[in-house]
Amino acid sequence: MTNLVEIRDLRVAFDGVPVLHGIDLDVRPGEALGLVGESGCGKSVTWLAALGLLPSKATVSGRVRLGETDLSGAPRAQLEQVRGGRIAMIFQDPSSALNPVLKVGRQLCEALKLHRGLTGAPAKAEALRLMDLVGIPDPKGRFALYPHEFSGGQCQRLMIAMALAGEPDLLIADEPTTALDATIQAQILDLLARLRAEMNMATVFISHDLGAVAQVCERVCVMYAGRIVEQGEVGLLFDRPRHPYTRGLFDALPRLDGPRVPLVPIRGTVPDPRNLPRGCAFAPRCAHARDFCHSERPDLHRQQDGRALACAYPLPAAPATQDTAPARREGVHS
Amino acid sequence: MTAVLDARDLVRIYESRQGLLARPVPIRAVDGVSLKVHPGETLGIVGESGSGKSTLGRMLLGVDPAQGGEVRLAGTPMPPRGTADWRALRARIQMVYQDPLSALDRRLPISVQIREPLDIHAIGTPASRAARVEELMQAVGLRPDQAGRYPHELSGGQRQRVVIARALATGPDLLVCDEPVSALDVSIQAQVVNLLRDLQQGGQLSMVFISHDLKVVRNLCDRVAVMYLGRIVEEGPAEELFAHPRHPYTQALVSSVPEPGRALDSRVILQGEPPNPGKRPSGCAFHPRCAFATGICRAELPQLQTVAPRQTAACHHVTGAPASRAA
Repeated sequence: MTNLVEIRDLRVAFDGVPVLHGIDLDVRPGEALGLVGESGCGKSVTWLAALGLLPSKATVSGRVRLGETDLSGAPRAQLEQVRGGRIAMIFQDPSSALNPVLKVGRQLCEALKLHRGLTGAPAKAEALRLMDLVGIPDPKGRFALYPHEFSGGQCQRLMIAMALAGEPDLLIADEPTTALDATIQAQILDLLARLRAEMNMATVFISHDLGAVAQVCERVCVMYAGRIVEQGEVGLLFDRPRHPYTRGLFDALPRLDGPRVPLVPIRGTVPDPRNLPRGCAFAPRCAHARDFCHSERPDLHRQQDGRALACAYPLPAAPATQDTAPARREGVHS
Repeated sequence: MTAVLDARDLVRIYESRQGLLARPVPIRAVDGVSLKVHPGETLGIVGESGSGKSTLGRMLLGVDPAQGGEVRLAGTPMPPRGTADWRALRARIQMVYQDPLSALDRRLPISVQIREPLDIHAIGTPASRAARVEELMQAVGLRPDQAGRYPHELSGGQRQRVVIARALATGPDLLVCDEPVSALDVSIQAQVVNLLRDLQQGGQLSMVFISHDLKVVRNLCDRVAVMYLGRIVEEGPAEELFAHPRHPYTQALVSSVPEPGRALDSRVILQGEPPNPGKRPSGCAFHPRCAFATGICRAELPQLQTVAPRQTAACHHVTGAPASRAA
């Protein structure tokens, strides 16, 4: 199966400081891919760079291919066809992404006119259909309301409706539920999963919430300091993380069941991009790091079980018996 | 044992205009909330935005005046806001906010900010204050060489440590934390949660921990109160409450927590939005979103009643009878 999007050796630098160090990433048609990692690890920058949305102070290199089209260095007009058309993006804060002085119906019709050339009654009918599709109650009655008359969760639904207006092949959701309440977050995750299945639309789900990613994604990439450190099928990665960073992210999470024990934080903080460690960027925070890790940077290699891993001394593939931590993990997946 | 904090029937009403010329509508942000915090205990308050949990937190400190009810600290009624007595009392109750960067002064080095409460309340001599600052920084895991740093030179987790150190400076009996770890990354969040756990181990400090993150609340709190539209709908020991939630709202809240390894469709997904506090539904405020609602729910406001040992819930359909589901 050919890939929908292929990113090769994507590099980004802000004012000469590299923040993305060569990302290779594929998205297959209809698949749900999760990107996880702490803030500043390059999750969002990857996609902003791919879509040419970074400010001019950023230098971008590498290749981005969408179907047969090469997006790297594509003229602005061509990128504008892609953005919102074949690739749509939704962001964390829906209320700041909507225009506060325009009625939501008009904003939806604008998107439909831009991407599908619909105007007048057909545009309105389609806008109402989209509002209904994303679960806005009483679309007719709410077509002429302003964004502030909707709640946060409904604004995010409206953003999703606008993203769907161009009938995209790929929806990039950048922390779409982070700003929402728990019960609304569950509704939006459910909506995204349902839409993907109904419209056969690939989804890239950027989040720091491993739980949310686990529920909507099939494949997951873990990023750290501008590089992918582990990548694989969701069950594999979440049941048996092999990169100490992936494992650390899980261990740091409190649980809703099991004993109430102190958490296991990842010591230290994310390195400053201006001052990256010479070897593996995670080595200074890693409990398993050896001398080699501090001098040589491991590359991302495919493993026998299908995952890709960038670690010189990964955690064992089979459940370990000698170390104490897996005992805690037994409870995790009960 | 006298409770450190004893709040009874707290009511806070805001006035809100729905339009420029419209008549102001009273909004009952906190509507008859009673709670107690015992020495050394941590009470969690959970709920969605608009449930009144932050307003309640400010009321416990007396920063937001109550229209009804009273707050007692170690048995003594809270003096009126702004009086000398109230200011003196503030040394014993401190607050930690969500966003450390806006809670700190960007133009002052952190050691000066940690010292400020000692200066304000005239605690100790200048020399002993310096020693106390050093001790506090060590207690929250900041290095002595960071004393001269400014907030922007620190990471988010380190800033929150500064805020916590400052709150601890006067040796308070009670710490009210309003979403203290919500703005932090998972790995850093765990560091701050562990710091708060260490503070609990001392046994002296009581805490009110306000958060929407059920997992963090369960990890840190002894007892939890669930709020919905200004009222407590369920309260109980943290582990029991999350293992056997009785109120339908708590059940939905617990089930909405995404956890790796739990499928999406096994969750109870709550329909509808949290209602507008200005248009509070009649009877039980939760009834428009509740799958079990019947006539009585629309008509009558349920009161908190004991449903299990040490666990109370306000729901017409939850009784004291043992839950049918097995443990």
